[in-house]
Amino acid sequence: MAAITTDQHGHGHGSGEPDVDYIRKSKGLMSWLITLDHKRIGVMYLISVMVFFVFAGVMALLVRAELFTPGRTLMDPDTYNRVFTLHGVVMVFFFIIPAVPAALGNFVLPIMLGAKDVAFPRLNLLSYYIYVLGGCFGIFSMINGAVDTGWTFYTPYSTTTNGAVVWMVMAAFIAGFSSILTGVNFIVTIHKLRAPGLTWSRLPLFLWGIYATSILQVLATPVLAITLLLLMLERTMDIGIFDPHKGGDPVLFQHFFWFYSHPAVYIMILPGMAIVNEIIATFTHRKIMGYRAVFISSLALALFSFLVWAHHMFTSGMSEYANMVFSALTFLVAIPSGVKVFNWTGTLYKASIWVASPMLYGLAFLFQFCIGGLTGLFLATLATDIHLHDTYFVVAHFHYVMVGSTVFAFFGGLHYWWPKMTGKLYDEKTAKICFWLIFVGYNTVFLPQFVLGSRGMPRRYYDYLPQFQFLHQVSTVGSWILAIGGFWMLFMFVQSLRNGKKSPWNPWNSAGYEWGSPTPPPLENFNKQPVFTRGPYDYHLATDAELGEEQVK
Amino acid sequence: MTEAAAHADDHDHAHDEHGGEHHGDHPKWLQHHWDTPAQQFDAAKIGMWAFLGQELLFFSGLFVAYAIYRTWFGEAFAAGSHQLDRTMGAANTCVLLFSSLTAALSVRASQLGKKSETTIWILLTIACAFIFLIVKYFEYHAKFDHGLLPGSFFGTPRDMLSFSPLPPDPKVAEHLQELPDHTHVFFSLYFVMTGLHAIHVIIGIGVWVWILKRNLRGDFSKRYFTPVDITALYWHLVDLVWIYLFPLLYLIDYVPHGGHH
Repeated sequence: MAAITTDQHGHGHGSGEPDVDYIRKSKGLMSWLITLDHKRIGVMYLISVMVFFVFAGVMALLVRAELFTPGRTLMDPDTYNRVFTLHGVVMVFFFIIPAVPAALGNFVLPIMLGAKDVAFPRLNLLSYYIYVLGGCFGIFSMINGAVDTGWTFYTPYSTTTNGAVVWMVMAAFIAGFSSILTGVNFIVTIHKLRAPGLTWSRLPLFLWGIYATSILQVLATPVLAITLLLLMLERTMDIGIFDPHKGGDPVLFQHFFWFYSHPAVYIMILPGMAIVNEIIATFTHRKIMGYRAVFISSLALALFSFLVWAHHMFTSGMSEYANMVFSALTFLVAIPSGVKVFNWTGTLYKASIWVASPMLYGLAFLFQFCIGGLTGLFLATLATDIHLHDTYFVVAHFHYVMVGSTVFAFFGGLHYWWPKMTGKLYDEKTAKICFWLIFVGYNTVFLPQFVLGSRGMPRRYYDYLPQFQFLHQVSTVGSWILAIGGFWMLFMFVQSLRNGKKSPWNPWNSAGYEWGSPTPPPLENFNKQPVFTRGPYDYHLATDAELGEEQVK
Repeated sequence: MTEAAAHADDHDHAHDEHGGEHHGDHPKWLQHHWDTPAQQFDAAKIGMWAFLGQELLFFSGLFVAYAIYRTWFGEAFAAGSHQLDRTMGAANTCVLLFSSLTAALSVRASQLGKKSETTIWILLTIACAFIFLIVKYFEYHAKFDHGLLPGSFFGTPRDMLSFSPLPPDPKVAEHLQELPDHTHVFFSLYFVMTGLHAIHVIIGIGVWVWILKRNLRGDFSKRYFTPVDITALYWHLVDLVWIYLFPLLYLIDYVPHGGHH
């Protein structure tokens, strides 16, 4: 019999009565809102993060539109400051951090483990509602004067500016606890709910990535929480911890902030890398080269991320000695990142690659992550950083990592697991067209920004010198192409829900564990307890039946 | 550990259940996605330890700020520390340490299935928590009366409950004059650190009351005492944080480096 013991082959499709999937299991809005099912919570997260994503994306379009000409194009400078702050805060705290772990991870993680649910289902629902509460505070802050500090909330500006800083900081504080609880839940789930046969050395690389991410969420986020709490107290009770007039130190805020927010970069990128592992393995039908090296590099990235925070502060007046140490430590990050890229490339080498839509996003990830990663080295180098700090070079660099890598991986994962989540196929041809629009649009937005930055265009500025206009316009036109691709993709998914074809149980012929359960899965994911007798990438051990090879590709 | 022994019988059939269809022997406190009570218990424990890890890092920011500002303003910190009531602080330390003992004993009692004994230990723990908060209230009250307040409120005595300024008192004013610069930084940290700790005590009381209610309802037994166990873990952390706060805030003196003062 098959290497993964599943119920697929036994029960067939919809013939047995235990096969009712999680979507049709119960009806009505309340059956979703108070559900303890990780799959439904994952779907609710997905809808929520997409709402925030569209909102923050529109903010980005407004920023780009304003920068189409020097001086005033659309809005006044104060509005501009508020718009780019909203873009940053919402994207970071309400989209990108929960997007992969809380939305896709919630759905896929227990299924990959062969478990019925996460370890603490009620805590899972609680963390969703904490996230929603944080979102409400964010929205309240927006209608209450909004915030113009940038997403970093640097003091002393954030303690002296007008606007609803406290509300927005409160929103991020609350969302942070949602992230912590999700992290705790996933760590325990991976430790305690692995199905028989699922040893650590067979753990899918997606879960290794989520595991490393969860550790960061649990250990880094509380430092942000205390920082934001101090900032709120500073604003409301004037405690003076960050105020130089009272003996406090504003640079301490930066240290605290980046002690969280640098690991947060890895909270964002590690899940992206994790998805790409699954995609590359599936569409090459190969075991990821150097499985062990790949998961160790995830853990190494998690560790290093705690040691490099001050590289955001090379121009903040630290001692030269500290600058040198942090610069050297920052270069270390390139090693595990390089290991990963090497292993992915090695997996692709001479493979027979099925270039389906998820794989397109996976390949674009590889390309763009290399650009994002390598330009980071310019910023880690002290001498060049003095020139590039706070310019569009930095903006382009981190967008290549956050968007070019994480968001592309998220899109890839969304395409890849969409049939699993909904039981529906989307239109592959449209998906590919959307991919190319997004890919071309994205690179048109951000490649020119490297040039802008190296020529001295500072980030966050409302106005600029005429010589920068051409590149700004190229970038803005790119944002329109990107937006068309993005909205079209969303429309495609909505269309798929409405009249997509029914998905076969394993549409990508993957050996991944999650495809061993029915598609879409029943309430408890499997009709009987699965037993794993091979790794998730052991294509040589997977039977044709497991891979769904009898179906038409 | 004792709970390992208590669950030894559960471990025995931890492995033969996989793949089996039967879930009929699930006790009602065992959630549907666990195979065995031991698995559920271990998970709750790991989860709580992970949560305590985040608690440590939550407080760590304050300890870092403390270390930096004490290095900068050592004299002010010593002077601020001398304004605190060491007797009350020491009494509260004893109270919290004792409450950790009663918390541990409540776990033991519930492991042995002694319901009424568990109730007594939980009640004692809650009582200690209240005593701690009452002592803290009187300490805060004195600080408000003497104008020993954070940041820009330093030097203006206020009524603790209404926060309105108190009539000027020449003795208090004279006393405040003698304190070194930046003593307000000490009091900023004092109030944030002890305040955050007190919030944890209040949350702890809430959780203990809930555990008490469940104990009285008869939810716990020799085979299921996880909530008592992990609540006590949390309580020990609250105690542990105070064990660091007490010497760092109440018991410091100024020792000048290199003797140039």
